[in-house]
Amino acid sequence: MNLTFSEEEEAFRHEVRAWIQDAMPEDMRERAKGSGGFTPEDSATWHRILYEKGWVAPHWPKEVGGTGWDAARRFIFNEEMESAGAPQLSVFGLSMVGPLIISFGTDAQKERFLPKILSAEEFWCQGYSEPGSGSDLASLRTTAEDAGDHFIVNGQKTWTSYAQYADWIFCLVRTDPNAKKQAGITFLLIDLKSPGIEVKPMQTLGHTPAFCDTFFDNVKVPKENVVGGVNQGWTMAKALLGHERTLLAMVGPCQNVLQKIKRIAATKTVDGRPMLEDPVWRAKIARLEMRFRAHLMVSYRALADQQKGKMPGPESSILKLVGTKLVQEMTELAMEVMGENSLTWYNDGLCMPVEESIGPYFCYERAATIYGGSNEIQRNVIAKMILHLPSS
Amino acid sequence: MDFELEQDQQMLAQTVADFAKNESPVERFRKLRDDEVGYEPAVWQKMGELGWLGVAFPESVGGFGGSFVECALVLENLAATLVPEPYLASVVLGGMTLLRAGSPEQHAKYLTPMIEGETTLALAYSEAQSRHDVRAVETTATPRGDGYSISGEKVWVLNGHHADHLIVSANAPGGVTLFIVPRDADGVAVKAAKTIDGQKAAFVELDTVTVGTGARLGAEGSGAAVLDRTMDYAAAAAVAESVGLATTMLRMTVDYLGTREQFGVKIGSFQALQHRAVDMYAETELLRSISMASMVRADEDDVHVRRGDISAAKYQLATGGIWVAQQSLQLHGGIGVTDEHDIGLYFKRMYALNALFGDAEHHVARFASDPMFG
Repeated sequence: MNLTFSEEEEAFRHEVRAWIQDAMPEDMRERAKGSGGFTPEDSATWHRILYEKGWVAPHWPKEVGGTGWDAARRFIFNEEMESAGAPQLSVFGLSMVGPLIISFGTDAQKERFLPKILSAEEFWCQGYSEPGSGSDLASLRTTAEDAGDHFIVNGQKTWTSYAQYADWIFCLVRTDPNAKKQAGITFLLIDLKSPGIEVKPMQTLGHTPAFCDTFFDNVKVPKENVVGGVNQGWTMAKALLGHERTLLAMVGPCQNVLQKIKRIAATKTVDGRPMLEDPVWRAKIARLEMRFRAHLMVSYRALADQQKGKMPGPESSILKLVGTKLVQEMTELAMEVMGENSLTWYNDGLCMPVEESIGPYFCYERAATIYGGSNEIQRNVIAKMILHLPSS
Repeated sequence: MDFELEQDQQMLAQTVADFAKNESPVERFRKLRDDEVGYEPAVWQKMGELGWLGVAFPESVGGFGGSFVECALVLENLAATLVPEPYLASVVLGGMTLLRAGSPEQHAKYLTPMIEGETTLALAYSEAQSRHDVRAVETTATPRGDGYSISGEKVWVLNGHHADHLIVSANAPGGVTLFIVPRDADGVAVKAAKTIDGQKAAFVELDTVTVGTGARLGAEGSGAAVLDRTMDYAAAAAVAESVGLATTMLRMTVDYLGTREQFGVKIGSFQALQHRAVDMYAETELLRSISMASMVRADEDDVHVRRGDISAAKYQLATGGIWVAQQSLQLHGGIGVTDEHDIGLYFKRMYALNALFGDAEHHVARFASDPMFG
């Protein structure tokens, strides 16, 4: 076991750091100093810049556009991206449907979809939840009826985040209404420009239109858009869950919020000195940072396994559980450190620009313990699959 | 950078785990709780023969030239059945201090026999008023003739009741200095005390104990820096041991949930208890992961790099490790609070490790005061 970086790895770190400094547009760099109040446009711009450099998908195999870096270089790259406060890229293509197509897609699907995910010509969103199917996802009722060379899709998907900016949606749909509920589901790729689709954004607690409802009314979808075979959707969803584990570990967001907390605490004073020099506040921040270190080590172990082509060990199952709770605790502390300034709600020009406020982001992160399988559902799964406790 | 044990490290861990399981089940610890010594010199000697006591020491002193990781792996795996031999006290506290503070002659005389399993060591650094501060030393070493006269009182000296030699910190004219003193030297009075976890420690009274300069480890005033380093090793060692405890407690608890029936069903089928067990699992994995970092960092010379992960690890013991111990007892119900059941023995050991080498407040304060914190 070796946790130090070699000279070559340190040289790589300098290369990455210098490149980010050079490549990040001036206005984005300014926003990065705030709470990372990036717009979807910022995220897309940064995506294209990384694509040009060939660094947009370090976690993909080299043959399909990855970087071929080893685990150490991936850690370094992630660390440098986080500490520069770079925008998070949209995960739905790069980290969800992309890896699934790489593992289970046909050659035609790989050729059709992967290059455009990399180049940001096409953005993706996820169509899983429905008004009546949240934690009990397998009860979903959106149907895909066999019509020869295509399916006819009818139904409603909800919480389809960023669907209003997306070009494609990957959906779980019911293809066999008579099968046992998990057995009749198919993983289907749907072009959002298809006739019969309507996307309705809705406000979230953070006052951003992140969520959408997406309606399907007799939408024609070619059969070649099935990934992993008809009625194999549940298996696909579970495979995707494996990818999601490290994705939802929230390592980057935690690092960002921690930096922001320290930045704010350095500018505010208690008893005539900066909060950051006050032992009580320092201890409060330190406790979260120390827990974050333990969490970071779990995620490093999972990434190292992935890099070696192994399935991440069972410990990776706790990443979502711990990471999402931790990022919430951090945003709570950021609110606390802000004091009265945490009251501000979109008052650009009056007191502080929205990207320097924390309230909307604090509200946004309340979703983290709910999406991707609520933390309570995660516990059910871990109890069964890892601890092998008796079923209820 | 990688996160995997070397092949010989994996083999060592497996060998120690097999020994704990087959040759030192918890019943052995139970029997030895009532023994005056609390462990068996013959087993200590066997550990020496197997090479376990020398894994982290250089070949020049009779060790195997490995790293602290090996030391931590031995502790983690001995903890699974609460093996009572004084590995932490003698190898980590005594041995690591002697290695850094002593001369080659002193190594040959005191360290090599310990590595061979012939003797044991104890580190007498703590005083009634000191609370994790190795510089808060009131014991004095007054120059006398061509040596010193040492007087003072040391508390909770692990293995102090039976060690062949005590390493004592004392204030000499040049500052905090370490001395090695035979336990049976004139003027040394040792009283054995029972500890909460069924082990033993000692209160040591030193009354004008006369030693020659040959008993001084290093220069006058060099003791505190060595002890600082030892405390980091000791904290990492306690964390490694706590990983063995937490892993065992979790397994015992999950087994119990899968066997115990109430209301006509296995209690492990209740969601409230399942979720508690999953949270125990999460805290255990966090502890295991940060322990891996801390055992690697323990050999790091840069104090800032070394201490960040070690403090984070000891903090996770104090929070997550303690929580796992509490919940494992709770989920066992009434049987968990009987002495007859093993779970309580692990519970108490976790609390003992929490109290040693800096608690949560100590490590939070230390972490927060590091310049790297910001």
